[in-house]
Amino acid sequence: MTSFAPEPSRPSDDDVSVATIDPEKVKLDIQGLDFFYGKSHALKGVSMSVERNAVTALIGPSGCGKSTLLRTLNRMYNLYPGQKATGSIMLDGENILRAGVNLAMLRAKIGMVFQKPTPFPMSIFDNVAFGVRLYENLSKSQMTERVEESLRRSALWEEVKDKLQTSGLGLSGGQQQRLCVARCIAVRPEILLLDEPTSALDPISSAKLEETVTQLKNDYTIVIVTHNLGQAARLSKHTGFMYLGELVEFGETAGMFTNPVTRRASDYITGRFG
Amino acid sequence: MEHHTVRAYDEDLDAMTGELARMGGLTEAEVADSIRAIVRRDTQLAEAVINRDARLDELELDIERKAIRLIALRQPVADDLRRTVAAMKIASNLERCGDLAKNIAKRAVVIADSDPVTPLTSSIERMGTLVTHRLKDALDALASREVDRAVTVWRRDHEVDEHYEAIFRELLTYMMADPRTITACAHLLFVAKNLERIGDHATNIAEILHYEITGIELVEDRPKTDALRAP
Repeated sequence: MTSFAPEPSRPSDDDVSVATIDPEKVKLDIQGLDFFYGKSHALKGVSMSVERNAVTALIGPSGCGKSTLLRTLNRMYNLYPGQKATGSIMLDGENILRAGVNLAMLRAKIGMVFQKPTPFPMSIFDNVAFGVRLYENLSKSQMTERVEESLRRSALWEEVKDKLQTSGLGLSGGQQQRLCVARCIAVRPEILLLDEPTSALDPISSAKLEETVTQLKNDYTIVIVTHNLGQAARLSKHTGFMYLGELVEFGETAGMFTNPVTRRASDYITGRFG
Repeated sequence: MEHHTVRAYDEDLDAMTGELARMGGLTEAEVADSIRAIVRRDTQLAEAVINRDARLDELELDIERKAIRLIALRQPVADDLRRTVAAMKIASNLERCGDLAKNIAKRAVVIADSDPVTPLTSSIERMGTLVTHRLKDALDALASREVDRAVTVWRRDHEVDEHYEAIFRELLTYMMADPRTITACAHLLFVAKNLERIGDHATNIAEILHYEITGIELVEDRPKTDALRAP
């Protein structure tokens, strides 16, 4: 009867709290990750785990490093000179940051969808088949099946099944974004990275994309960067809050949104920042 | 605590909390006056308690509306969410306390008509004082946001239960000894029961407040007295 009533937490301003998750369930294990844009230190010792077949959300104010973190996960930054990551990101036991990793294969394993829809100027069918053709040699019927499966999984099939040969650019913004998801999952990646995928969409399209993500999480490991806190709360199992390049708090989403551990995460999600 | 970037959010929360504080003060007065009406056989005071209850109902509705509006417009999370939900729950507990006080006041009117059962009345008064203090402690904890104080209220619920059990036995003794006291005693039994319920609501408020402030539920078994044990 002595110590059951914990003091209300009064975390100090620079508190950090990073929860660990069951090693059996870890798909990506990030340890001591630093990132530099030239001399600018954009990620500072980020360590966190991403659970397999679950959604992990990254939140934080603009410029906090969440998109940078996402871009290190499939080494997108290698496309740009002067950008460098140190530390380790273990994907199923292999460090994807080491030299000599086959980047094309890595990006086939780790697909990405961007903030603005980026359909290619070609038919809906070819948009989805495009990536598959780079990695696999499928027969025509196999390809047709793959395209249909991908469009079904991205919850777009019913809306486009009668116009697969029309241009992907003719779709609405929300449909284009789901087309990008279809293109991404057509190559059967293991991980999906979503960088603010609904920020340019209307509420109905956003809801459809959220529904898609909910369906996909059974088969994919998903990391989503979002400015929509409600979306992070609805979609994800774990949430990481980043600030000024630092991972300030990482833990179960339900806990983060009812009782955050750190002062900074609390201030941010309740709208008291700055 | 830092301000919200959107200042109107703070104003909404403060308006809700302010209303809750007013409701708390009024409830406290209702409970205290209802007991006073019994003890002093003051039917005028009893009527006043009965009439004031409508105001508590209004306040509860108003707090509920404010909380629903906050949830709809601001989507509170974390401590703001706990504060909003706690306000609704505490308001409903206070409203119940008001109803129970009103019921005590109604019985005060009836009891004033029958012969006084003095020793019993002082037992009721003692229990009433205890319950009023318990409620006051819970409301003070609410106003000052002191977790320790809330935990103390929560821990001491059994004292009220013990009083109730004692009064229950006492009443039986009186009724068996002199059947003419049965009407008054039956009413006093309900009064005691109502007080016991108000004590429970004070405990609930302490529990809700603890969750609101810490985000942690009070789950440990607290001392309990089984008031229904055969006398």
